[in-house]
Amino acid sequence: MDKQKAPLSAEEKLEAAFQRLLSPKDPAGNDLQFQSAEAKANYQASITRIKDAIQLREPDRVPVTVLPSMFPYLNAGMTVEEAMYDYEKCTTAFKKFVLEYRPDMHIGASAPGPGKFYELLDYKLYSWPGHGVAPEHCYQCNEAEYMKADEYDLLISDPSFYFRNFYLPRIGGAFEGFKMLAPFTSILEMYGLAFNFVPFALPPVQASFQKLFEAGAEALRWVMAMGASDGALTAMGFPNIIGGFTKAPFDVIGDTLRGTKGIMLDIYRRPDKLIAALEHLTPIMIAMGVSAAQQTGNPLIFIPLHKGADGFLSDEQFKKFYWPTLKQVMLGLIENGCIPFPALEGHWESRLDVIQDVPRATTAWMVDQSDMVKVKQTLGQNACLIGNVSSSMLKLGTPQDVRDYAKMLIDTVGKGGGFIMSNGAFFDEAKPENVKAMVEFTREYGVYK
Amino acid sequence: MSQQLIDAIADMREDEALALVEELAGSGAPPLAILNDVKTAMDIIGQRYEESVYFLPELVLAGEMLNQIMEVLKPSLAETAAEKSLGKVLIGTVKGDIHDIGKDIVGFMLKVSGFEVRDLGVDVPAPKFVEAVREFQPQVVGLSGFLTLAFDEMKATVAAIEKAGLRDQVKIMIGGGQIDDAVREYTGADAYGKDAMAAVKLAKSWVGG
Repeated sequence: MDKQKAPLSAEEKLEAAFQRLLSPKDPAGNDLQFQSAEAKANYQASITRIKDAIQLREPDRVPVTVLPSMFPYLNAGMTVEEAMYDYEKCTTAFKKFVLEYRPDMHIGASAPGPGKFYELLDYKLYSWPGHGVAPEHCYQCNEAEYMKADEYDLLISDPSFYFRNFYLPRIGGAFEGFKMLAPFTSILEMYGLAFNFVPFALPPVQASFQKLFEAGAEALRWVMAMGASDGALTAMGFPNIIGGFTKAPFDVIGDTLRGTKGIMLDIYRRPDKLIAALEHLTPIMIAMGVSAAQQTGNPLIFIPLHKGADGFLSDEQFKKFYWPTLKQVMLGLIENGCIPFPALEGHWESRLDVIQDVPRATTAWMVDQSDMVKVKQTLGQNACLIGNVSSSMLKLGTPQDVRDYAKMLIDTVGKGGGFIMSNGAFFDEAKPENVKAMVEFTREYGVYK
Repeated sequence: MSQQLIDAIADMREDEALALVEELAGSGAPPLAILNDVKTAMDIIGQRYEESVYFLPELVLAGEMLNQIMEVLKPSLAETAAEKSLGKVLIGTVKGDIHDIGKDIVGFMLKVSGFEVRDLGVDVPAPKFVEAVREFQPQVVGLSGFLTLAFDEMKATVAAIEKAGLRDQVKIMIGGGQIDDAVREYTGADAYGKDAMAAVKLAKSWVGG
């Protein structure tokens, strides 16, 4: 008889992921040595707390996290440029930040990213310190039509070929030679095989590969530094909350392929092609999240949400173009034992009725400026909420302002569980005492009785 | 007046609108009359945006239609006198910040609402704003920024306008992702707006339009 085990259900896969998180491994695959019994207890308490919150149970207390952009580095007195180019300085500052502020979970030191690597790629999609942005400022996206209006059919018929031969050479100088490569799907039989490989003999292609070898080596140096930093923080009792990231298909096209203007026009000029492209990107975005979770061993997949916010689209357009494929991405992640961690950047109050339609206790949403009480009454009945102390309050308010707001959140949104205290948007600047007030007040007042 | 043209533009029927403009221009209709219809349609679009019937796709498409229609009409509009505007608005994204989508939409909505708009672009240092206030003489200045770092740059820009002795001549509004009333107070701006319509309302309230 068939002795194969039944495939794991989504719940079983998720439970297994949490069990893996509770007993982390070192790079050699052995059980990670915690610095102390207390560190181990803190680590496991944090994981249990966040698991309870996500599964809409009351943890021992409201979990608290800090989700900064460049704050840990600017606050340590360095520029963003230094954090991007000196991995040692970057991870040291981040470690100091975690140990000083003591959030239950952190997001790792990877936000600045490897400056040298972007240089080697001749990356054009973003400007960063020393490359179009001042040393003390965060990198910023250069929106443009990197995908032309008449390229939908190319994208739809073979996304990887389209990315390799068209999109990548536009966003990075190092990819220039890729324009000449033949589709890998032409490599079929012995007869004719060699024709496909002629481009590899051409100097522009070889130059591209040479640049990518160097960029790859730099990426590896950076990843090793990040991994060491995360491992050290885990050993001290502080887990990383983010296991990977993916995007809503509408934002993939609207942010970096067609751009805001392009996608808004496509809604009128070529709606069918847009929808076909969104549908083709959906399994790709699911696979991106699932594979990241497998690599990091952490099921939480961050999904920053942009162009579905209030004011971008009408209700009808949101339901037709934005939501269906985002929902499919989230369901696909859940099916594979991941926890979608979408961030409602900006205001999303007009979308709550639509987006609350997610399977109960399987997602965690970072909330920026939407009215958190309204979010709790809708989406929050089905999903864990994370947030939403504002950037404005963290920079301009007083510790008492922060405590008052955090108290309101714990009393209303925290009631019954399903809530993680946090800032609402990734921030660069803040008064340190305000960030501390958010964490310390939650540790004291957020205990469930 | 061509009701058909007004409807085609206002209802987002791009191909029909452009064909009608070509047809009207070809049949000798006065370009100013066509332009008047376009303006009427843009007013309707602005109103529908204000009523939350229209959103970004419609504003972007309206901007595209306007550009294409102007291309057709431009040759015959050369000597037309500039229309009287409601007032002048200077806009730009403050230094260190290169976000432009929100600012561009605000600029477009101000223009179709009858303001003369000068857009200084992104990453604009405070002295450049001061110089432009002096030279362009706007009644309203709009500062855009999405980063927390922009709070300080907005404050510095307001202070620079003040220091140049120009603060009394202008009303200053701010906007962008993380802007709220606390930021408004911190920067010393007169008001903040959540979206492009708020910017139009503020500007109108200040110039008495």
